[in-house]
Amino acid sequence: MEQYLLILVGTVFVNNIVMVKVLGLCPFMGVSRKLETAIGMGYATTFVLTVASGASYLINKYLLGPELAYLTTLSFIVVIAGIVQLTEMVMRKVSPLLHQVLGIYLPLITTNCAVLGIPLLNVQENHGFVESLFFGLGGALGFSLALVLFGAMRERLEGADVPAPFRGSAIAMITAGFMSLAFMGFAGLVK
Amino acid sequence: MLSAVLVVAGIAVVLGGLLGYAAIRFRVEGNPVVDEVDKILPQTQCGQCGFPGCRPYAEAIVEGAADINRCPPGGEANIQRLADLLGREFKPLSEEVGEPRPRSVALIDESRCIGCTLCIQACPVDAILGASKQMHTVIAAECTGCELCVAPCPVDCIRMEPIEEDLGNWRWRYPENPLRAA
Amino acid sequence: MRRLHSFPGGIHPPEHKEQSTRLPIAAAPLPPKLVVPMQQHAGAAARPLVAPGERVLKGQVIGAPEPGVSAPVHAPTSGIVVALELQPAPHPSGLMALCAVIEPDGEERWGGRAALDPFHAPGDELLRRLHEAGIVGLGGAVFPSAIKARVNGRRIATLVVNGGECEPYISCDDMLMRERAPEIVRGIEILYRLTGAAEVVVGIEDNKPEALAAMRAAARGSRAPVEVAGVPALYPAGGERQLIKVVTGQEVPSGGLPLDIGVVCFNVATAYCVQRAVELGEPLVSRVITVTGNVHAPRNYECLLGTPVADLAELAGPGADTDGYIMGGPLMGFRLPSPRVPVVKASNCIIATSPALFPPPPPAMPCIRCGRCAEVCPARLQPMDLYWFAKARNFERAEEFSLFDCIECGCCDFVCPSHIPLVEYYKFAKGEIRTLKRERQAADTARDRHEFRLFRQEREKQERAARLATRSPKAAHAEGAPRATAETASGGEE
Repeated sequence: MEQYLLILVGTVFVNNIVMVKVLGLCPFMGVSRKLETAIGMGYATTFVLTVASGASYLINKYLLGPELAYLTTLSFIVVIAGIVQLTEMVMRKVSPLLHQVLGIYLPLITTNCAVLGIPLLNVQENHGFVESLFFGLGGALGFSLALVLFGAMRERLEGADVPAPFRGSAIAMITAGFMSLAFMGFAGLVK
Repeated sequence: MLSAVLVVAGIAVVLGGLLGYAAIRFRVEGNPVVDEVDKILPQTQCGQCGFPGCRPYAEAIVEGAADINRCPPGGEANIQRLADLLGREFKPLSEEVGEPRPRSVALIDESRCIGCTLCIQACPVDAILGASKQMHTVIAAECTGCELCVAPCPVDCIRMEPIEEDLGNWRWRYPENPLRAA
Repeated sequence: MRRLHSFPGGIHPPEHKEQSTRLPIAAAPLPPKLVVPMQQHAGAAARPLVAPGERVLKGQVIGAPEPGVSAPVHAPTSGIVVALELQPAPHPSGLMALCAVIEPDGEERWGGRAALDPFHAPGDELLRRLHEAGIVGLGGAVFPSAIKARVNGRRIATLVVNGGECEPYISCDDMLMRERAPEIVRGIEILYRLTGAAEVVVGIEDNKPEALAAMRAAARGSRAPVEVAGVPALYPAGGERQLIKVVTGQEVPSGGLPLDIGVVCFNVATAYCVQRAVELGEPLVSRVITVTGNVHAPRNYECLLGTPVADLAELAGPGADTDGYIMGGPLMGFRLPSPRVPVVKASNCIIATSPALFPPPPPAMPCIRCGRCAEVCPARLQPMDLYWFAKARNFERAEEFSLFDCIECGCCDFVCPSHIPLVEYYKFAKGEIRTLKRERQAADTARDRHEFRLFRQEREKQERAARLATRSPKAAHAEGAPRATAETASGGEE
């Protein structure tokens, strides 16, 4: 039990995908304009990543085995694409507005390097099934955390007195850089 | 070799089946986003955007056939709201659609009205009361100021009266800040 | 002894009340002209009932209330209505309002005045009397008291009477309580009967010891269980929600009314007017008002509604360097557009300003997020966030952060080290949000009408098509029928 908690804390804070590993920046910058869309994207990615981690572990262990190890990346991508499609359909039904606002970023979860990176890391680190799930969940929670924090800051930046050359993407990038520096303070939290 | 093909094909078939089932299970009729966009538009039905009413314009926006900056009665505030709703960039009001006009209400000069009902047929919200050979009058509370009645009148007896500010509709101005340069 | 509670935040601004409480209330003389606006209350303006040239008696109804939230307006004295026209209104906008201008004839002749027995008259009749007398909340909100007192069978736990008067400079309620405590208590008894409250608490700030003593003495012989509580002097303890929290320990819910927690709150001056209306049959035609600031003899006057502010200020002797007047207090009041405007039901204080006494505010500097505003907010809001959102016109977020719970007390404004006019931003944001809601409603109505019009046109088209489809066989049938009847008729005749 303790090891799962450590995995969660480790992936959410110490090795945050966006802030420390610098993966998944595309939706991070693109969707964080409004807080509601950032939260929606967080939910979608959490669902996709957790299910993908579990499914990819099972496929890797039972279907591919050691001989077909070269098919790992390909089959992971196919699985992720399917899950993202499913998520998109569900979201279209449940919250059409969020679906419209997320727009192209929802199918782009497929190409999110974080969403492919976590299952591959699971394979690399030889995690068990439950460990993989927690690793995926933790990674997604860390992604959501970074997204929500950044979204909240960006909303306030909209109304702030930003000097003209910095308005828009520039101040967003600088803020992301500061956030990354802040998250590096977590290093050494989990030994 | 065969096992590799089988494995990938197997995954593809399973996923395909799952997605096919999901496509039927989670089918969605119509486009509720158009309703949300329509809620933001001011419903003057004036046609200045180039579409015959607010709903067709809302549909065009969602389809991507029209830009969000074509509605003068909504003003820049509405463009910003549309931009926030749809996650698009804010753009200033398009020059093609003209300047936003002050909110006004139509007024019929009863001494000149001939009871032709042309204005009644033109009003998109049925805000003109009257019948053939009877006096016509504008129900001021329902008039949206779209100005579609002014042109059809054969005796030019309709004019637009701007809504003046009085104690009922006055509101506080944006506070001025003399220290800020920009 | 009642246990008192506290409300969060609050400030201690310098009081400036002492100068206007040295002398008793004086009766202001009749001015040469009275300007009586048709709108002196919350809700719909009164409909004028008089025309220029008419003679009116004191207390005669000159403006009829509209249905719903509204109140009548009465002639403050007997005389002739010289005009019914737009005059500058006592409103921050400087806009005009419809007013009846009355020239007094000096006789102060009353119209009919009928007293009611406050303890035997039926409740409905008492409420009607309150409505007909034009009684509104004299604490500043001017909400029609007859509507507030109509509890419709709701169980009222506490009737709170507000003698707080926490804002600097204002002392009209203080003097009223010192001099007319027995009448106020009789008014409270009437309200106690009308609301059916279980208990009554009069909240008075403890910087008014004479008022506390007078009210306590008057309450001792009262039929109603009136308890007089001295609350710690802290601005804005006289705010309705804050006083309710202090004396009952309960908070009025966000976006709700005191009625939701079984409390009704009236101002002491309102209670005084209730007594005059019921026991003396006098409608609301005058009020006590503090004249202070840059004047030689600040004091409280009982003056007729409609008295021009300039005439009233003359009595106190404004200083030579007076550059304007504020109606209300320095925190919640506003600058009058001109001294010609009249005293209305909402006027509790006139402060003469001068460049020395009220220097122009320094220019606002950027917010440094010190958080002092949040420390002092009595509604426990986050003023700096409301400011950021109002400034960026992000009204959705401002409303989410409970903008409409702001009572506009000005505590945040007072403590801001950057001198940002915070309350102005909130008033701006509230106005924009209300206008937006109104426009949305109008747009929804327009959309419904438009859709019905399309439906109606479609229906007419279908009806026309249906008629055309049945026309050919029907035409033959129609031609055949008269011939048949003609035949039978001719056949019958023959």
